Amino acid sequence: MGAVQNFFDHYNYIATIVLMVAGLYIVIARGNMIKKLIGLMLFQTSVYLLYIAPGKIIGGTPPVLDPNFTVYSNPLPHVLILTAIVVGVATIALGLAIVSRIHEAYGTIEEDEIFAREEQE
Amino acid sequence: MRLDVVLRVGVKLIIPFMLLFGLYVQLHGDYGPGGGFQAGVIVAGALIVYALIFGLDEAQRVVPRRLVEFLVPLGVLIYAGTGAFALLNGHNFLDYSVLAAHAPAGRERGILLVEAGVLVTVSSTMIALFYAFSERGR
Amino acid sequence: MSAITAQLPGLQVVVPLLGAIIAAFMRRGTLAWAWATLITAFTPIIAFALLFQVWSNGPISYHMGGWPPPIGIEYRVDLLNAFVLVLVSLVSTIMMPYARRSVAHEIDGDKQAWFYAMYLLCLAGLLGIAITGDAFNAFVFLEISSLSTYVMIAMGRDRRALVASYQYLILGTIGATFYVIGVGLLYLVTGSLNFADIAARLGEASAAFPRPVLAGLAFLFVGISLKLALFPLHLWLPNAYAYAPSFATAFLAATATKVAVYLFLRIAFSIYGVALDLKALPVSTVLYPLSIAAMFIASILAVYEQNLKRMLAYSSVAQIGYITLGIALMNQAGLTGGIVHLFNHALIKGALFLALGAVMYRAGTVKLDDLGGIGRTMPLTFAAFVLAGMSLMGVPGTAGFISKYYLIVGALDAGKWPVAFLIVASSLIALLYIGRAVEVAYFRPVSKAVAHAKDPPLMMLVPMLALTFASVYFGIDTELSAGVASRIAELLIGGLK
Repeated sequence: MGAVQNFFDHYNYIATIVLMVAGLYIVIARGNMIKKLIGLMLFQTSVYLLYIAPGKIIGGTPPVLDPNFTVYSNPLPHVLILTAIVVGVATIALGLAIVSRIHEAYGTIEEDEIFAREEQE
Repeated sequence: MRLDVVLRVGVKLIIPFMLLFGLYVQLHGDYGPGGGFQAGVIVAGALIVYALIFGLDEAQRVVPRRLVEFLVPLGVLIYAGTGAFALLNGHNFLDYSVLAAHAPAGRERGILLVEAGVLVTVSSTMIALFYAFSERGR
Repeated sequence: MSAITAQLPGLQVVVPLLGAIIAAFMRRGTLAWAWATLITAFTPIIAFALLFQVWSNGPISYHMGGWPPPIGIEYRVDLLNAFVLVLVSLVSTIMMPYARRSVAHEIDGDKQAWFYAMYLLCLAGLLGIAITGDAFNAFVFLEISSLSTYVMIAMGRDRRALVASYQYLILGTIGATFYVIGVGLLYLVTGSLNFADIAARLGEASAAFPRPVLAGLAFLFVGISLKLALFPLHLWLPNAYAYAPSFATAFLAATATKVAVYLFLRIAFSIYGVALDLKALPVSTVLYPLSIAAMFIASILAVYEQNLKRMLAYSSVAQIGYITLGIALMNQAGLTGGIVHLFNHALIKGALFLALGAVMYRAGTVKLDDLGGIGRTMPLTFAAFVLAGMSLMGVPGTAGFISKYYLIVGALDAGKWPVAFLIVASSLIALLYIGRAVEVAYFRPVSKAVAHAKDPPLMMLVPMLALTFASVYFGIDTELSAGVASRIAELLIGGLK
């Protein structure tokens, strides 16, 4: 019973960890460069969850001072993650741009094929 | 050519509303969810829809590539310039309270300016990305 | 005057940042180069002013946007980061005159202005990491510098530059994300993002939640190690350095990894060290074997490398091993050695990569087999290469010797004489790979590729010789390097719990 309780108490962390490991696995295990980027995106998304989820306090309101409310949610994680999302989007956009140029230069986006071609040179 | 008349007319009808909605999201950022990022994407979306239906050349006639490349740094310059304005007035960087006599009013004005910079940069960056990818392989 | 002095920490980042934005409007490469040179030249002035201020009056705190810490972002300058700021800004300023011809030679005309915009953005990011006192702000600057670095690398002529840039993007993003996860864990247990504030709250938090604090350390450690290319997380580095434009390689080799090392020192000594017993945490235990492995394995890989740029890149990985070894020793002399090597290695590698850039400019190749007799056709360039190479080995009388001397003293102080022996032994491998280049350059017949090569124009020659001179000079006059470094080490060790 304790284990189940523990699981549901921390389910947001468990979701974070699953996303994190899944993303990292895709980055490592896949040879396709676009799939790697998708894995990277998933990995970064897990961090958003890590920050955002504890920022919400159940029953808390947006942090606008009002005599009727005493419990407020923490707004800082949202601001941080907004920045992180922008950084993530920039990274993925740049990554895709590089992949499209790699495709023009090599005619493939499979990593092992590219390495094989470099070996021949 | 004939078959997509619905799309052409529909897009022409929808674009002004998209731009207006973008502006609404931009200015509503003071009171509710919204702001430069979201608005920028909506504004860029209007042009991207136009490009999808009428073709890339037509879209680049409306918003040339050079203009986009000029707007990307311009937005950042508005943002950083707002911060640097405080520096010139002897306050710390990004201290918006100098922008008006009353400090909170100055901060509001500062955020308005900064969000305008964000709108310009985000929308033009989205368009630049769209142009860059759709010009490939032509 | 005092109004400007108060704004210096802000200006340190704002000047290159605004400079980068304005450079992005420019279309002509030469104009953008002149602008970037002007902007870069401002940064060491600010950095030196900050260093003198800190040296005489103690740490400076600057409140971004007028919001006081820990709520607002604080720029906090103490001796350690003033030193890093001086290093980064000074080396880039010396290199800038070199950039014009080298970049014009290796990058297409319409992209040069963008290159300089990216360079200034990268400089702003690196200075930002070094100056900020806020953990999340450091992440943002880390990503600013990294993203601009990926672009600079991808601008290389060779198509392999694209693959190198992609690999660095993947590994660099994983590293940065690990760093944010670590910061997030610390934020969860302490509720703060300000370095000093985290340090103040971490002791109590660690008593209540020991595991997240330890996990946070692990994430921060691995994330930053990816950025500073600690063996075996260095895999992105050799290709990135080998195929990037020559100027970008020299700039990154001299600055980027050094700033990552700074961040490592900040996390280890100013956060964990202040709140917890650093020697009880598994920092040294992990750093020792990895540093020594880097010193040997990377050096041996360098010996077998045909491409000189890649050879020096592997050598960089090895030299980073010395720096982290200094950190692992965690005593006065060892830490001084690590920090001094941070400084000296930036000068040495800057000089070496600039020399290779000149070879690239005149001969068009850096493959060892094609460069027979280049020492006779490009005498000054190769004289610089040999002198800086000697400093890299640690020949007495050069800067490299000073770092190794402190490291060996540190190892002996820690009672680890085998480590002292290993430092000397691995330096001999540097003799092998530098010697191999010297043998080809001076003792082989002049090959076809270099027959018409001659020393580069004065604008390229002067920065190269200046850095070479510095990498020898700081072996004789150690006031600015070892003097400041030992004071920093004293402060860091003294701050430990």
